[in-house]
Amino acid sequence: MIHSLFLVNSSGDIFLEKHWKSVVSRSVCDYFFEAQERASEPENVPPVIPTPHHYLISVLRHRIYFVAVIQSEVPPLFVIEFLHRVVDTFQDYFGVCTEAAIKDNVVVVYELLEEMLDNGFPLATESNILKELIKPPTILRTVVNTITGSTNVGEQLPTGQLSVVPWRRTGVKYTNNEAYFDVVEEIDAIIDKSGSTITAEIQGVIDACVKLTGMPDLTLSFMNPRLLDDVSFHPCVRFKRWEAERILSFIPPDGNFRLLSYHVSSQNLHPLRSTSLVAIPVYVKHNITFREGSSQGRFELTLGPKQTMGKGVEAVLVNSQLPRGVLNTNLNPSQGTYTFDPVTKLLTWDVGKINPQKLPSLKGSMSLQAGASKPDENPTINIQFKIQQSALSGLKVNRLDMYGEKYKPFKGIKYMTKAGKFQVRT
Amino acid sequence: MLSMSTNNSSYNDQGGADSAVEIGQETTPTSNSGAGFGLFSTDFKKNDDLKEMLENNKESLKLEAMKRIVGLIAKGKNASELFPAVVKNVASKNIELKKLVYVYLVRYAEEQQDLALLSISTFQRALKDPNQLIRASALRVLSSIRVPIIIPIMMLAIKEAASDMSPYVRKTSAHAIQKLYSLDPDQKEHLIEVIEKLLKDKSTLVAGSVVMAFEEVCPERIDLIHKNYRKLCNLLVDVEEWGQVVIISMLTRYARTQFTSPWREDGVFDENSERAFYESDEEKTRDDTEIKPYTMDPDHRLLLRNTKPLLQSRNTAVVMSVAQLYWHLAPRNEVSIVTKSLVRLLRSHREVQYIVLQNIATMSIQRKGMFEPYMKSFYVRSTDATHIKSLKLEILTNLANEANISTILREFQTYVKSQDKQFAAGTIQAIGRCATNISEVTDTCLNGLVLLLSNRDETVVAESVVVIKKLLQAQPSQHSDIIKHMAKLLDNITVSMARASILWLIGEYCERVPKIAPDVLRKMAKSFTSEEDIVKLQTVNLAAKLYLTNSKQTKLLTQYILNLGKYDQNYDIRDRTRFIRQLIVPNEKSGALSKYARRILLAPKPAPVLESAYKDRDRYQLGTLSHTINTKASGYLELSDWPAVAPDQSVRNVEVIEPVKEWAPSLGKTGKSKPAKSSDDKFYSDSGEEEEDEKGSGTSSSNDGSSSSSAGLSLCLCVPPPGPVLYLPETYSPSDLRHCVDIGFVKQLLFRVSGYLHVFRSVTVSYVVPFVPQEVKLQKEVSLLDLDDCELTDVKPWSVLSPSLLTDLEGLSLSNISTMQVSGPAFVPEKSHNLLHRMTGKGLAAQYQFTRQPCLYQPNMVSVQISLTNTSDHRLEQIHIGERSPAGLKIHCFNTIEFLEPDASVTVSMGIDFNDSTQAANFQLCTKEDQFSVSIQPAVGDLFLAVTMTEQDFRKEQGKLQGMNECSATITVTAENTSSQPLNRRVAAMANVGVVPSGQDNVHRFAGKTACSGAVLLVTVELRESSAAVITINTEKSVMGSMLLRDLKKSLAQA
Repeated sequence: MIHSLFLVNSSGDIFLEKHWKSVVSRSVCDYFFEAQERASEPENVPPVIPTPHHYLISVLRHRIYFVAVIQSEVPPLFVIEFLHRVVDTFQDYFGVCTEAAIKDNVVVVYELLEEMLDNGFPLATESNILKELIKPPTILRTVVNTITGSTNVGEQLPTGQLSVVPWRRTGVKYTNNEAYFDVVEEIDAIIDKSGSTITAEIQGVIDACVKLTGMPDLTLSFMNPRLLDDVSFHPCVRFKRWEAERILSFIPPDGNFRLLSYHVSSQNLHPLRSTSLVAIPVYVKHNITFREGSSQGRFELTLGPKQTMGKGVEAVLVNSQLPRGVLNTNLNPSQGTYTFDPVTKLLTWDVGKINPQKLPSLKGSMSLQAGASKPDENPTINIQFKIQQSALSGLKVNRLDMYGEKYKPFKGIKYMTKAGKFQVRT
Repeated sequence: MLSMSTNNSSYNDQGGADSAVEIGQETTPTSNSGAGFGLFSTDFKKNDDLKEMLENNKESLKLEAMKRIVGLIAKGKNASELFPAVVKNVASKNIELKKLVYVYLVRYAEEQQDLALLSISTFQRALKDPNQLIRASALRVLSSIRVPIIIPIMMLAIKEAASDMSPYVRKTSAHAIQKLYSLDPDQKEHLIEVIEKLLKDKSTLVAGSVVMAFEEVCPERIDLIHKNYRKLCNLLVDVEEWGQVVIISMLTRYARTQFTSPWREDGVFDENSERAFYESDEEKTRDDTEIKPYTMDPDHRLLLRNTKPLLQSRNTAVVMSVAQLYWHLAPRNEVSIVTKSLVRLLRSHREVQYIVLQNIATMSIQRKGMFEPYMKSFYVRSTDATHIKSLKLEILTNLANEANISTILREFQTYVKSQDKQFAAGTIQAIGRCATNISEVTDTCLNGLVLLLSNRDETVVAESVVVIKKLLQAQPSQHSDIIKHMAKLLDNITVSMARASILWLIGEYCERVPKIAPDVLRKMAKSFTSEEDIVKLQTVNLAAKLYLTNSKQTKLLTQYILNLGKYDQNYDIRDRTRFIRQLIVPNEKSGALSKYARRILLAPKPAPVLESAYKDRDRYQLGTLSHTINTKASGYLELSDWPAVAPDQSVRNVEVIEPVKEWAPSLGKTGKSKPAKSSDDKFYSDSGEEEEDEKGSGTSSSNDGSSSSSAGLSLCLCVPPPGPVLYLPETYSPSDLRHCVDIGFVKQLLFRVSGYLHVFRSVTVSYVVPFVPQEVKLQKEVSLLDLDDCELTDVKPWSVLSPSLLTDLEGLSLSNISTMQVSGPAFVPEKSHNLLHRMTGKGLAAQYQFTRQPCLYQPNMVSVQISLTNTSDHRLEQIHIGERSPAGLKIHCFNTIEFLEPDASVTVSMGIDFNDSTQAANFQLCTKEDQFSVSIQPAVGDLFLAVTMTEQDFRKEQGKLQGMNECSATITVTAENTSSQPLNRRVAAMANVGVVPSGQDNVHRFAGKTACSGAVLLVTVELRESSAAVITINTEKSVMGSMLLRDLKKSLAQA
């Protein structure tokens, strides 16, 4: 399976290597660098690169390439999924997954990689188990370790891996027992020039932070489970109960985890009114023009709330990749701040909160390269926003029950809607 | 305490260090004399102080040194000369230090083979450690040391670990198999033996790893899978996600060799429909015989059913592997269930998208319909990476049909304007493909493309011209006006590639535009010197072609151009000019060739075919690396074609051991004292292993007789199990057992220990299965039993007879042991009971009925049919099942009924686990507005499932269920019940039992088993003189027995 792993930073240096079978020379990465050179953007490096004797499968996260070396047939998704799991684990351990963090914690990284794969086959990828094997570094622990000489490798051998619930560590104890669930929905949409929706879908997740003593058995039920017709679960969820009763029944892992993710496309959002589309919470009025022969272009953008169920739209951020011909911009935001990078031609406007009484707008002119012809395409506008306390699809949690433990936990649920890939074509 | 332990460890370390230092000193010179180390003089110096630190007695310094060394390894620096200093810490007590030494050892052992051998004994010792995780990690490191000398040691360790009691160690041994195989492929035969053994393992932990080993070592030994096929299918859901991927892809390959094709001849595949077309004409006769309806092998269905829930996995690789399994194995109409899940994956990371889109591209060529409803999910966003964009484009093109082409073309129009010009060019090609595929839009597309010719971007124009060229080549006759239009455009277009293409077009079809062509040539002659090279070449070509077709008008022009070309700066053009001149202008030197000039230059050229790059990708299994790179990757295993005739199905039947026959205890005899029959050889060796499991270390595998039985029993009673205990039923003849332990006592004890009992079927228990986390250890009092008259029987209907007993706790499925086969009910009572009266239900009326069929959802449930009627005048919405009591009641609910129109009724079925009691199941029947508490009260007879068995088996079973398991009564039966027909019907009506063929006229026998626990129920009705009859019921569920007896008495006594 996975033979070796190389970590490559954005400047093309290999800063970490790990081999699970015999050692593969790092010169194999030359093929990768070649592909990297060919690609115009870092994202355009193909994820699978065949070389004469090996295959390189890479993922790019946090501007680090994780390049796995494969020697024979293996489902590429298997490797890709694993690499992403590695990144998630690093993030979980070090808070951030940057070159500096990895270099600072190279021993922990090595110990983790050693536990995660045996002979290239995944062994322990569950965060709860790994944390029992190798304790995540904290400042306090580092200090304590230097003084006492104790280690960050667990003395105890993990029991989770051998238990019926491999995702949960045993002997969990808390003084405050709490279970929080965040329902976060991201709306992906493409809006066309005239403001009509070309495609819109909702991608939702329920992230949980469960800190409960012992072995709690939780049941989460929804007011409207029929919305969820396309879901994927954390392995802890009992699939049969979901099939039969549309109830999430599970023994949760300890700590943070993603319980469920679901997908609501415009086709199935309202089963009774099949024609209705996903509600689009914001609208954009735009007027971006370039005139032939003139070195000036006009730029006007106004945002407004729409179908937000009475909730405010916050943390609005607009960015747009302007055409190459634009030299600079001279714009006037009615609120917030805007920046334009003349090198990358990226326009960013940090709007903040939308006040329905006084709609935010960005107006002004763009100066174009003299003599250059009018750009073919108007820029696409990407919008980010947040709406607190509401899930766009209307999904509602009905209740959370706990069995198997005596105490009364504190329960909390939070809803949020965010923009995912929300694009407006102009 | 703490200081004690540190002292201890340091003491030990010193001891170890001394000896290691000695050896180290001997060997250091040799390792240092190796060339190349001098190069790293700075490193070398630094490494010197590392060596000092390692030789220090202080644990913390050693650890610090090791951490720095690991840092060096991570950076790819050479740290091999520290080997002797590092290796002596291999026995350190400090776990972290030890682990880091392992890391180092595995990395450098191959280079320092002699020194590596020093560490081996440490691992050998650790392999015997009582702690399973230490054993496992020792095996892991030992097998990772790639030193050929230790192959025999590895082999031995693997073999031992494969029968370790800990599934975790067994998993490690499965990994070690692959390592050893890559080190020494000659060990294959021995390793296959180990694999064969591990494949039988029932632990979910082992399954994935051993299948991986199987795939790597002996993928051709498909015969090893047969017996484990069903087990693997049933375990699949509970295997860890990485194992699932491996198992699914192996099972896909397996299924393609073992089952017949579920694809009808009139399938959607092109090649298939073609074949069907021919066959229907020519081979009518054979068709007639083949027309018999296809029935899917139940094992095939099992695989499809058990993989389906995995589409909901969070692991994208699992979802993809299920998708490819359905693609390659499922009947055509079922494949589309994977669509939604695949589309869901598109929201994942960029790399995942890439792979998934590739697979969708291949799928969408063959099955447009699968993805058409999700067309909008493939719309391109400006932020997508280029390769994602082009894959989406590919899929959109594949999905295009007459109905949606206008939408797609509108979308394409946006893409053409994209700033990413490579993508815009791809879009133009896509438009070209749409134009050739869908004749309705060919003209529209052509016009659109012609408009694009005035685009400012070179790539776009060039691509448009190329695509137009291809389109025109396909149907040149109709498009002379487009050629004319392009000729006109020539004045404005500056892109050389496009100009060249236009010239080529005019040249190629000069006979269709006879007036314009010479004029174009004239213009070109004028601007020839200022043109780009590629345009000049095409001008020469055009001139040559026109000279051949229309020499009258163009002779002079041609000569002029050829003269210009002759003195061009570019030698290509000079060459071409010279060549053309020789070819077309006849002179005495030119030989035979010029005669053929026309045929050479104006040869009809085949139209380029515009087709998907993914057209032939389906020759590779979807989801594989080979599919992604479109070449065969090393180690790719070909998916075979469906066999025409299915191979023998019975090979998958698992030999299940009839417990009674095999394990009838006979005291004072050990299992080994009696020779086992040949047929149970295999089983016998198995039992040996399991016995070792039970004993842990496997030290004393054969105790003798009664003493061991009590010892074994006390073992399982005294050791408090860490979890719930599962008692697997296994029935001895109680009379035998009474000799050793009082039954009641055993029963009582077992109840006390177990906490809660999942299955308690027989009075005595021979499998005691403590629920050790992740594994079920089978503890058997082997020595109690003898292997005398053993008979292996096949269990065919897996679905009923191997229920997964503990689905909730562990997806472990233990095949139930029985000779019986569940049959359909002999009699289904028509009577339905009221569940909810229409008055109380506010218009909703419900009735229930026991269907007496084995429940589809879970084998231990009783299936109940409920018919719901809406007697109100408005429609009732969302009818579903709400809360239930008792809380633990397991119900398989029917799916929520969206709405029920007035006066409409609907029948749904559900499964209820009554847990073998007649306690009513209470639950709430809910509509959108209301909730009604209802209860289903089973009659005792409905809690059974009819089984068929032979009279002989019946007697044998009855023999085991004597004493307190038997209840009987004498009654007077009515006259009409004395004949067999009505009697059978009466009994069958009362209880769901099957008739056992009887040799005696006056004795009637019936057999059944309880739905939940599967306990055997035997009913005997013996008719005596003067209409007296004795009813005897044998079952271990004595309460149910007596209840049934009461019911039967009543039923048979009444007229």
